[in-house]
Amino acid sequence: MSDDKRKSSHKLISLSEAISRYVRDGDTIYLAGFTHLIPFAAGHEIIRQRRRDLVLARATPDLIYDQMVAAGCARKVIFSYMGNPGVGSLRIVRSEIEAGRLEWEEYSHFSMITRLQAGAAGLPFLPMNLTGADDLERANPNYRRVTDPYTGREVVVVPPLHPDVAVIHVQRADAQGNAHIWGIIGEQKEVAFAARRVIITAEEIVDEAVIRSDPNRTLIPAFIVDAVCRVPYAAHPSYTQGYYDRDNDFYLQWDKISEDPARVQAYLDEWVFGVQDRDEYWHKLGPEVHARLAVRPRLAAPVNYGDY
Amino acid sequence: MDYTASELMTINAARLLRDGDSVFVGVGLPNLACNLAMRTHAPNLLMIYEAGVIGARPSRLPLSIGDPTLVSGAAGVCSMYDIFTLYLQRGNVDVGFLGGAQIDRFGNINATVIGEYSHPKVRLPGSGGSMEIAAWADRCYIMTPHQRRRFPEKVDFRTSAGFLDGRGQREALGLRGRGPQAVVTDIGVLEPDESGELILAALHPGRSVEEARANTGWHLRVSPSLRYTDPPSDEELRILRQELDPQGIYL
Repeated sequence: MSDDKRKSSHKLISLSEAISRYVRDGDTIYLAGFTHLIPFAAGHEIIRQRRRDLVLARATPDLIYDQMVAAGCARKVIFSYMGNPGVGSLRIVRSEIEAGRLEWEEYSHFSMITRLQAGAAGLPFLPMNLTGADDLERANPNYRRVTDPYTGREVVVVPPLHPDVAVIHVQRADAQGNAHIWGIIGEQKEVAFAARRVIITAEEIVDEAVIRSDPNRTLIPAFIVDAVCRVPYAAHPSYTQGYYDRDNDFYLQWDKISEDPARVQAYLDEWVFGVQDRDEYWHKLGPEVHARLAVRPRLAAPVNYGDY
Repeated sequence: MDYTASELMTINAARLLRDGDSVFVGVGLPNLACNLAMRTHAPNLLMIYEAGVIGARPSRLPLSIGDPTLVSGAAGVCSMYDIFTLYLQRGNVDVGFLGGAQIDRFGNINATVIGEYSHPKVRLPGSGGSMEIAAWADRCYIMTPHQRRRFPEKVDFRTSAGFLDGRGQREALGLRGRGPQAVVTDIGVLEPDESGELILAALHPGRSVEEARANTGWHLRVSPSLRYTDPPSDEELRILRQELDPQGIYL
């Protein structure tokens, strides 16, 4: 464990400082979240700070990697489903791959997640049952086969994935980085434990007592976290369960914007380079968008941990 | 009666689901088919989403595979590693829905690439969850418009396994799922014969064998017991149009 992760008093910093301190050119980065809690604010900050030659890993690259590839941040993508979820094609990543300008490394969702699980668990590889569809195994040499020593049958194995940097967006965290997440929890815990450096962005920074009132909801413990950043609305146009809805209209709009390189550049100029930070971005979206994405509360029944 | 190709396929897919099935659901038409089955003959359907949601009760039409409406009111939520291991690989999923750009004579699916993998002519989204769903869900169903380019003799890339080069090959691998059980198109329904080859098993009202053959890239054989599907009922259409997709986003 690095000393930085232990020095809790220095962890609560701005997002721009966290990206500046922990994301380097050439890094493999993983902005976590399956449709939910995608750290768009961190992706935009990486674009603003003009990081280059990154390897962008995500099960679903989503719009955030389409934008980062368009901005020239990436030399390679690692993915398991390259589409605009619910809409269609992810045009920029797709056209860069088709033009031979972007390297790629591809898995199924399960083998991608299994790589993270192996990384998180400190294992040299993890086995999976055969699927019968072996064309991807032939295309990606990271897939190997070994013989199960117990039954003598073949299994498919993949190696661990250890991103240099993971960014995880959460509903709430304390200043040390103990993080509560609810709703779809995708691959966040595995990514955080697999990565070398971990940046948390949170809708709210709460007192440690709030975290300790509901310890089962802590997916990520402080001692693996390097930086904690308070960034409300960091997931837009993705969403934060219970805080705001997914901006499905923007996912449709991006399908049109991304058809035209000039419009993509104009988008980046206006919404990424043209704003200082997420606060300014959210303000710029305006009250109509805020109202459209607002969500009515639906509370869980309280649980009783008991006063022992 | 007037209905669209999407409505016809969705209604016929819904009829394939059995009460009590656990279904690995995708967004779009499969989601509509599951919700229709739940409101008609299969009230105890268990909907499982690859994002890690078990027993979803969406109160609005989900617009993405990770829509927050899937979570609110669900029976449970787990990680993706859990959903693919505890649920799918362990054998707790009865039905999976699959889609793709190409489906071949033995039900293998290509959702990855047209042309050569390393120099793609058209790059498609790739596997997502489909590689493992096709292997390990007990029964798989496919919904797709019936067009010749979608039904080649052989796919360019096997993203997920049907019966490979024949049923015996799939069985020899010991995959726990039984493979594709039906391909529902806007012309009819294809089902595998004893060799695993997809043959024409049913026609929708007003469609013909010649039409099906003209839109299939191999010589499509016809089942000796060819059936005709019942036309969509008023009630099925009402639920789809008024309750499930009133804005016509998918239909």
